[in-house]
Amino acid sequence: MQKVNKINLHCTINGSKKNFQCYPMARLLDVLRENNLTGTKEGCGEGECGSCSVLVNGDIVNSCLIPIVQMQNKEIKTIEGLTNEQTLNKIQLAFLKYGGTQCGICTPGMIIAACKLLEKNQNPTLQDIKTALAGNLCRCTGYSKIFASVLAACQEQRP
Amino acid sequence: MTKKTANLRKEGRAKLTGRALYIDDMHLPDMLHGATIRSPIQRGLLKNMQFQGDLPWHEFTIVTALDIPGQNFISMIENDWPALVEKKINHHGEPIALIAHRDKYLLARALKFIHLEIQVLNPVKDLDESLKKKEILYGDDNIFKSYLINKGDIDQVWQQADYIIEETYNTGAQEQLYIEPNGMIAKYSEDRGITVWGSMQCPYYIHRALMPLFNLPAEKVRIIQTETGGGFGGKEEFPSILAAHAALLAMKSGRPVKMIYSRAEDMANTTKRHPSQTHHKTAVNKEGKILALDIDFVLDAGAYATLSSVVLSRAALHAAGPYACDNIRIKARALASNNNPYGAFRGFGAPQSIFALERHLNKIAKAIGKTPTEIRRLNFIKKGDSTATNQIIHEDIDFNHLLDLAMEKSHYKKKLLEFKEYNKSGFIKKGLGIATFMHGAGFTGAGEKYLASVTTVQGTPAGTIEVLASSTEIGQGKNTIFSKIVSDALNISEDFVCIVNPDTHLVPDSGPTVASRTTMVVGKLLQSAATALKETLIAGQKLKPKYTGQEFSQAIKNYIHEFGALKSTTQYKQPNNITWDEKNYQGDAYVTFAWAAYIAEVSVNTLTYATKVDRFTAVQEVGHVINKTLAEGQIEGGIAQGIGYALYEKVLYKDGAMINNQMTNYIMPTAQDLPQMAVHFAEDHKDYGPNGAKGIGELPIDGPAPAILNAIENASGMAMNFIPMLPEDLMVAMEEQERNAKS
Repeated sequence: MQKVNKINLHCTINGSKKNFQCYPMARLLDVLRENNLTGTKEGCGEGECGSCSVLVNGDIVNSCLIPIVQMQNKEIKTIEGLTNEQTLNKIQLAFLKYGGTQCGICTPGMIIAACKLLEKNQNPTLQDIKTALAGNLCRCTGYSKIFASVLAACQEQRP
Repeated sequence: MTKKTANLRKEGRAKLTGRALYIDDMHLPDMLHGATIRSPIQRGLLKNMQFQGDLPWHEFTIVTALDIPGQNFISMIENDWPALVEKKINHHGEPIALIAHRDKYLLARALKFIHLEIQVLNPVKDLDESLKKKEILYGDDNIFKSYLINKGDIDQVWQQADYIIEETYNTGAQEQLYIEPNGMIAKYSEDRGITVWGSMQCPYYIHRALMPLFNLPAEKVRIIQTETGGGFGGKEEFPSILAAHAALLAMKSGRPVKMIYSRAEDMANTTKRHPSQTHHKTAVNKEGKILALDIDFVLDAGAYATLSSVVLSRAALHAAGPYACDNIRIKARALASNNNPYGAFRGFGAPQSIFALERHLNKIAKAIGKTPTEIRRLNFIKKGDSTATNQIIHEDIDFNHLLDLAMEKSHYKKKLLEFKEYNKSGFIKKGLGIATFMHGAGFTGAGEKYLASVTTVQGTPAGTIEVLASSTEIGQGKNTIFSKIVSDALNISEDFVCIVNPDTHLVPDSGPTVASRTTMVVGKLLQSAATALKETLIAGQKLKPKYTGQEFSQAIKNYIHEFGALKSTTQYKQPNNITWDEKNYQGDAYVTFAWAAYIAEVSVNTLTYATKVDRFTAVQEVGHVINKTLAEGQIEGGIAQGIGYALYEKVLYKDGAMINNQMTNYIMPTAQDLPQMAVHFAEDHKDYGPNGAKGIGELPIDGPAPAILNAIENASGMAMNFIPMLPEDLMVAMEEQERNAKS
């Protein structure tokens, strides 16, 4: 077996600068989770379910598909970087009010995807929401309550 | 009293911020990772196992059946499911040995260097081979369990019938596909015994499974639920086997052991919905009244008995649906095969038998020149009628009203005419389909009596209330509902109520979190316990009959200060008017039923053969709705799973192994695939449960599949009698029809 050396990796996670010693092909998902950022979940490990969604330089990615070597000098944002339990953002509050979370395992990824959508488009149609969330699977809700939550969050955002 | 948390999901904030801790988020010092060595073949005899390659094998903990201190089975209805193979291998992927190491990457590598020597035997691959007794796997006929329900005398009816209509219906396996795979962490020490944390529906099932396996007393087995990312039945019985595995490794290694299944391992090796076949033979008179129902129902149970006998029971008890008929015979059998054991999945047999019946009603309607609504209205059960088991319906159920509502909300009549016109041209064909059905809430027959569930409500020295039950939060909203029921009974704010996390050392056994029973049965017990606690405070003159939240809180503190503890425990007692004859399957099968009328609107593309559900209307009578958001969430989620069951989700097997065990090729509905859903609750009857709240969780998966296939027939004329019904299936059927039309 060929020996693989660990690399020195610098990146920013939720606003703080981080240095890691890690194998270059370690998954971003594992590096996050092994560093106490367990809010990012693994549902499938093959980029299908979106539970591991995070933002990298503002783009939404499946962290289970990203080798950490690609994260050199990048800015990563996870669910932990959004808010804390006392100060939910508008999207999280809407999910709480309108039943957008049930078992909760897809929720962090779903919230990241919804935040990304609303950052680009503050007035999305139902179809825009469906398109934006199509990469995030939920087995509990049938999505209706998630759509309702996102729509409600938009309405609250408007002046 | 604050309004701030009222009706909101109790653990919602933790889930929304990623702070909720699921099993894979938990880490113990010195923890090892565990993995399972599985059979690569479907049936055979284990001869030898070798650990090859240049690996530091001495660093690994390896467990085989020889390491089991007690009896090698997972305690369930029948004790036939081994924790680990001793010699006989009965299905692909069957656990043969366990292995653990601190480095999970090295562990994954080691699995490739374990060589199994197996003598291959001929497997029984499906229902047909099992029925034909190709090989005998169980008893002398491969039948794990059979039931015969007899009402009236069907044999006297065939002669006088104007029509006799027969058809066979098939349903496939379905994966629960909770987004959090199964996972457990176990720890062992001689003085404390075994502690297991994990993703589960039924802590006490695991508790009961581990005691005989390890030969340990109750107090030396402790099961703690972590936040659970969906269950749907898939975490009812299966977690017992995974907990057993993690605990065996923990005991042998002396270290905590974590076992988390990858998605692929989870899909390939955990229990799924039973495939089924139903044969209907029905006698009908020319007015459309059903005179006799002869139903033969079979389930493929897989290699071990698991819960199949109970799944079979529920399937049989729902096979005749919400229709009044004087002559019914239901013959139901669960058969052994060399497939992975099938198990609990939302609906628990009912979706299978209801699919067959609701498709069959449409066939009858067509055969005798009635509409799908007419045939149903002519036969709906009503107050005073009896079911297949001669259970008299005491509830004043008005099914015509439910169907009227569903038709009104779906614009059924208007759309039916519009679609008839629309379908005259173009390649998209639109249609509507109905399913009317019921779902029995709670355990069958005397089941609840035997469970004898216990719950406790207690005060704390801080002046708050704790709710103790083993019922688990799996996304359905148990925490929120229990909090609401208890705070309402005590007339205090939900902020004073804490739901204690299920832990077998702390909470009593309130029964498993299954069978749509948590709100109705356990919720009712909690309501009684809370009421009794309040009465204790009033009787003890610690509380005036009218009080504020602060006064209540102070009263708890005062009571505890004076007497040491304030605790109110309630145990289930079956109502006296319930009678059930288990031997002859006669009497009150369920304490109550939820009733529903569902309507699917579909578009069938006759070029691509794809079916799209455009709109779905779900009208149900579930008694009192405690929390509308949560209740709608249950219905919508169930409909989504039902749409998947009907149109997308196909488990593909090769030599007994699931070969599409990935989310990329086992297709569940995404945000793009689901229709607009109109959910309506008719809260007409409040005859059972806390303030009349009946069971709700399973009902919504019963109706979508038959409603959708009925709609496909309405749209395209294609009578498809199996699910999942994929575009390629419709293509084959339509091409065959074209060929037949030409010749």
